[in-house]
This record gives sequence, structure tokens and C-alpha cells, in this order.
Amino acid sequence: MLLLLRASKYLVGLAFAGVLLISLFVGISTYFSSPPEPTAEEEFHLEHKNLALASDGPFGHFDQKQLQRGFQIYKEVCSACHSMKLVAFGDLEQLGYNEAEVKAIANQWQTEVPSVNPETGEPATRKALPSDRFPSPYANETAARAANNNALPPDLSLITKAREGGAAYVYSILTGYRNQPAELLKKFPTAKTPQGLHYNPYFANLNLAMPPPLTSDGQVTYAPGNPKPTVDQMAKDVAAFLVWTAEPKLARRHASGIAVTIFLLFATILAYLAYQNIWREQKAKVRVTGPLEPENQTKTARAKRKAGVTG
Amino acid sequence: MSFGWAKSYEPKHPLMRWLDERLPLPRLVYGAIGGGYPVPRNLNYWWNFGVLAGIFLTIQIVTGIVLAMWYYASADGAFNSVEHIMRDVNAGWVIRYAHMNGASFFFIATYIHIFRGLYYGSYKAPRELVWMLGLVIYLLMMATAFMGYVLPWGQMSYWGAQVITGFFSAFPLVGEPVRIWLLGGYAPDQAALTRFFSLHYLLPFVIAAVVILHIWALHIPGSNNPTGVDVKDEKDTLPFHPFYTAKDGWFAAAFVLLYALFVYFAPNYLGHPDNYIPANPLSTPAHIVPEWYFWPFYAILRSFTVDFIIPAKLWGVLAMFGSILLLFFLPWLDRSPVRSGSYRPLFKTFFLILVVDVIALGYVGGAPINWWRTALGQLAAAYYFAHFLIILPLISRFETPLPLPNSISESVLHGEKKEAAPVGAPAHSTTVAG
Repeated sequence: MLLLLRASKYLVGLAFAGVLLISLFVGISTYFSSPPEPTAEEEFHLEHKNLALASDGPFGHFDQKQLQRGFQIYKEVCSACHSMKLVAFGDLEQLGYNEAEVKAIANQWQTEVPSVNPETGEPATRKALPSDRFPSPYANETAARAANNNALPPDLSLITKAREGGAAYVYSILTGYRNQPAELLKKFPTAKTPQGLHYNPYFANLNLAMPPPLTSDGQVTYAPGNPKPTVDQMAKDVAAFLVWTAEPKLARRHASGIAVTIFLLFATILAYLAYQNIWREQKAKVRVTGPLEPENQTKTARAKRKAGVTG
Repeated sequence: MSFGWAKSYEPKHPLMRWLDERLPLPRLVYGAIGGGYPVPRNLNYWWNFGVLAGIFLTIQIVTGIVLAMWYYASADGAFNSVEHIMRDVNAGWVIRYAHMNGASFFFIATYIHIFRGLYYGSYKAPRELVWMLGLVIYLLMMATAFMGYVLPWGQMSYWGAQVITGFFSAFPLVGEPVRIWLLGGYAPDQAALTRFFSLHYLLPFVIAAVVILHIWALHIPGSNNPTGVDVKDEKDTLPFHPFYTAKDGWFAAAFVLLYALFVYFAPNYLGHPDNYIPANPLSTPAHIVPEWYFWPFYAILRSFTVDFIIPAKLWGVLAMFGSILLLFFLPWLDRSPVRSGSYRPLFKTFFLILVVDVIALGYVGGAPINWWRTALGQLAAAYYFAHFLIILPLISRFETPLPLPNSISESVLHGEKKEAAPVGAPAHSTTVAG
């Protein structure tokens, strides 16, 4: 009985390890006997491009002019299909618009916000107010899918935090549309981009329902004093804007972070000096290493020899 | 408490004397973490992480209570209430990021604390209960962290809950009814979210209670130390305060600085982008992964791919739970009388392999599946079980340990004992012999 108890640990260990090794053997032999077919996604998907924005790094802050340009792109291009439910018109004051401008932007927004007719109680719409969040261009998900070949345009509020690569991913998608490479079709004849989808190697499965939204330089007109609205510039600007919509407190976070870091660094140094002070007397008694370290044994032996001590 | 030479509390102020006679709370604190707790003088920095874990438990409870004032546990409103905290609540973003990253740092401190215990044999007699209570804390932490991750009701929250509660359905017959009972429905929904919130609020206080038991049990034999040799006399120890409060103090400040760098400059680095997408039961994420601190266990779960007698999924679930439960038996699996790994050459080698092994498991658990990662995970998982259930019991029987120092003070001090004294120095000198 006792023996069985003693042996049980080995048995349990052997069972788990054994089944794992069987799994390993089966897995590897399956891999070599019928290797998985390569897929077009594996071979043609590209990592996002690099994108440098003012908001990068520990000192990063927002470039208000760029955010305003990005907002203009959202307003004139993206908002036709994409909602931005977490951001209110009033938040735009953080981009440098004044109260009156924000009021005007809300008032002239292309989609009105859902409301109730105060007289009849019937569903109605009204003009947006600064306290309203950006309304969805579609009444509901079904309407959005119906208008977009059964694809649902995602809400853009958090898009740069909700995708691997963030702003760089958005920028890559917007500038990544191209014709499907001939070599892809040659290698994977069944992987032709289906009707209604668009080839974009930065998208996980290569074929995206969204048609290229930024198609030509000068698609929007920037106010004087801004860079030329090339496709590349517009994509950068809207990516920068979407960093702000996802994390409006980013600049504030970085500024407090620097203050907190300096404070904690100072506190750490003071606490370290206090520690040194408290331990000074005790540390003086302490060897750096133990007596059994070969180095110390040699030293002890040498000291003993010198002092003429035996044993 | 534990040693005869421990200083006893002597109230200086009349008010404290008055209090001490009626409710000796200051006496309790003095004996627990004050000048009345003698601690081995040779503790190295690996001994700082227990206190750090305590600090992070406190940070989590404080930030969590504030978050709960704004959070709204509703399948429709939870995601937006978190975003409301991030955008509109005063300093809400820092509280939320502190809580999010606080969980990760709590686990970092705890993992280092556990591996320190593994290396220095802190689980061995007479500290078996300290070790087992620690494991109870760890299990409670895992449950709390899992339920907390569900609360924002993002895609990973939802699908994580789906996968983890799905473990129960691996058990035949009772599994599925148990899963439905735990979730309060067929899939995670309002009922699951509300009960997770309730338990997520409760469990940290249970953890705090078990922490008290953990420290209580620790104070009976006193702290272990890097030599693993028992404390023999007063020369071996220093009072916790001011010596270890000072050492823990500066190290805690440094560790909190590291934590602050994550909170302020990389708050989402340890998270997953998919959790910024609201939960959608109709759309499964491409790669469902738990938080990083569960990756090794997730790798063990996924490593079983063959239905050998029982289904692979059941093997995986049993192995995953078993991988933690076996640690409860560790004091009896490793029978070597020598505690510290520093004096056990064979043990030390295998311990280092174990560390690499667990890191490898973590890597495999967090990365997308492919054939070689699966193979690596299977090898690493097999080693994990072999390490604790086969290798440790065997080496503790066959290994010849290195000679141990006679005492802690002999191992670290000059001039305290004749045989350790550098020859020529006065026998009881307190200065370093030139």
C-alpha cells in the first residue's frame, strides 16, 4: 500500500509526460506525412508599414493641425460609412476649435441624431448638438450591412487601439490597396479576390470589403498653410486623428508620466540612501561571498599559513 | 514571536500604553513587521517580492474600489462604462490603467516570489503550510484575474470566458450541466457578467485574509534564507524594522517606478488589442489568448492533441489543473533535507531547466499555433511534469549536496566565529580585517 503511494507520483508523472510525448510523435509524423498546404495569406500578408507621428514615444503629444486635417478626412470621407460612437462633438474643442465652431460642426453634420417628435411621440431626427456623440450613418447594423455588401463598417472610436499595429495599421490599410499580384494567382489560382472585395496585403485575409477610400491626391481640400493633400498625407493625418479618438488623454498621460517618473526616481534614490545608511554598520561585517567559495578558501588558507596557524 | 531574543513591544507614549493594555494592536504589528520580528541577516533581493506582492494587492484593491464606483456590470453597458472612465471621469484613465497593469505586476512579483521559494526550498519543513497557503493565494489570484478580465466585456473578455468555462465541459456527464450552472446560461451573458463582478469584488478580500494566514504561518518558524540553514542565535538575525523595511522600501520604490513606466508610457503593451472591440458572440477572434500570466497553463492545455483512453481535451484540462495542484505535494516530492539550491548542484541544474521550460511554455501559450510551437510546447509540458513528479523525487535521493555552513552568521560575517574568522583579526571585531 505504502509502496503504491510512493510509486503514484512516478506513475502520474509518466502518464502525463507519456501522453504528451505520444501527442508530440503523432503531431510531428502528421506534419511530415501530410504537411499543411501553404496559404495565400501566409505568403502574401505584409506587416504594417512604419509610421512616425507626433504622439509617439514618452514625450509624444498631439499635433493639433494634423488632428484637424485628420478630422476633416473623417468628416468628408470616412463618416459616410463609419460611426464614432465614443467621441462627442464637444470633444473637438481639444483639437483647437472654439465653442462656436464646434456648435457649427455639430449643427451641419450630415447625419442627424435620432430623437422623438415632441408633439406626436413619433421617432424623428434632429440636428446634432455639441453634447451629442458622432451619430452612426446607418439606422442599425442590418442597414449598415445591407448598404455594404453584407460587411459591417467598424466603429472608428477605438480602432487604433483595437488593431495590432495601431495607427501604422490604419495608415497601411489606407495606402495598401493594389492589384492582386500575378504571382499570387499563379501560385494560388483559387485565391482570386472575390467580386465586391478589394485586394490589400495589409489586411489579415488579403481581401477587404472596404473599397479604397482615399483614391486620388487632392480628394479633400486642406486650408491654406497645410501640406499638400496627397493620399499618403491624408492617410497619415486620419491615422493621427484616430490615435486621438482612441486615447484623447494621451498627451496628458505622457506629461503626468514624466512628473511621476521624476518623483519616483527621486524617492527611490532617497530610499536607497536611507537603506545604505541603516545597513552601513551591519554591512561592514558582511563578506561579499561565502566562506566556501573556492576563492575565499584559498584566501583563508593563505592567511592561515602567513599567521602560522595549523589545522 | 519565534525566537527568544525577539524584542518585545514597549510603548513609549502614554496613549500607546493605554491602547496596548486594552487592544494590543500596535504590539501585533510590532511583532509582525516591526522591530519584534527577527529576520535572517543574509536575505538577498529575491526576498523582496513577497512584500511587493502585498503592495500590489493593496494597489489593486484601492484602484478596484474606485473603478467599481463607475463601472456598470451590464452586457450592454460594461464596455461603454469602461470607456466613460477612460474619457470623462476625472483621472479615470490613470486609475483604470493602474488597475490593468497592476494585475500584471502583481503576477510578476508573485511569480518571482514562487520561484524564489522553489529554488531556496522554502516549501520544506517546517514551512509546508506557508507554501500551501501561498498556493491558495495564487489560485485565488488566478480566479480573480480571470473574472476581472471578463468585466470590460471586450472580445477577449467574452471569448476568454467562453474558453475557460468550456474546460468544465471536458468532464463527461456532469461537465456540461456544471458549465451552464456556473455561467447561469448556455453562453457568457448578463448572468455570468454580474456574478463575475460580484466575485471579482469579493475574492481580493479573501486573498487578503489568506495573506494574513500565510504571514502568520511564516512567523512561527521565521523566514527561510539563502543558505537554507536554520537560524541558531541572535547573531544570525536582524530586526525586520528598520533593516528590512529599509531594504524593502527602496526596492519597492524602484519596482513601482518600473510599474509606473508601463502605466504611463505603455499601458496597453501587456494587453490584447481585441479587448478594445466590444464583445460579439457572433464573431470569434482569430487567436483567442488569455492574459500573459496564464500562457504557460494555456500551453499545457493545448499540448494534448491525442485521444489516449480519455479525450485529449480532458487530458489537457486535468494536466492544466494538475500542474498547479502537484505543487501542493512539493514538500513531500522533494525529500532532500538540504533546503537551498545553492548547495545542491544537480537540483540547481534542473531548476534552471525548469525556469527556461516555464518561459518556453509561456511563449508557446501566447503565440499562434503552428507545428513546431506545438511540438515545443509538448516537450516543455512533458518536462514540467517530469521535473516535479520524477526528477525531483529521484535527485533528492541520489544527490550529494555541498557542505553547508554551520550557521548563517558564519556564512556571511567576519570575525563572529573562530573558524570563519580571517586569521589575525580580533575574534569579535566588527570591522573588516585589512
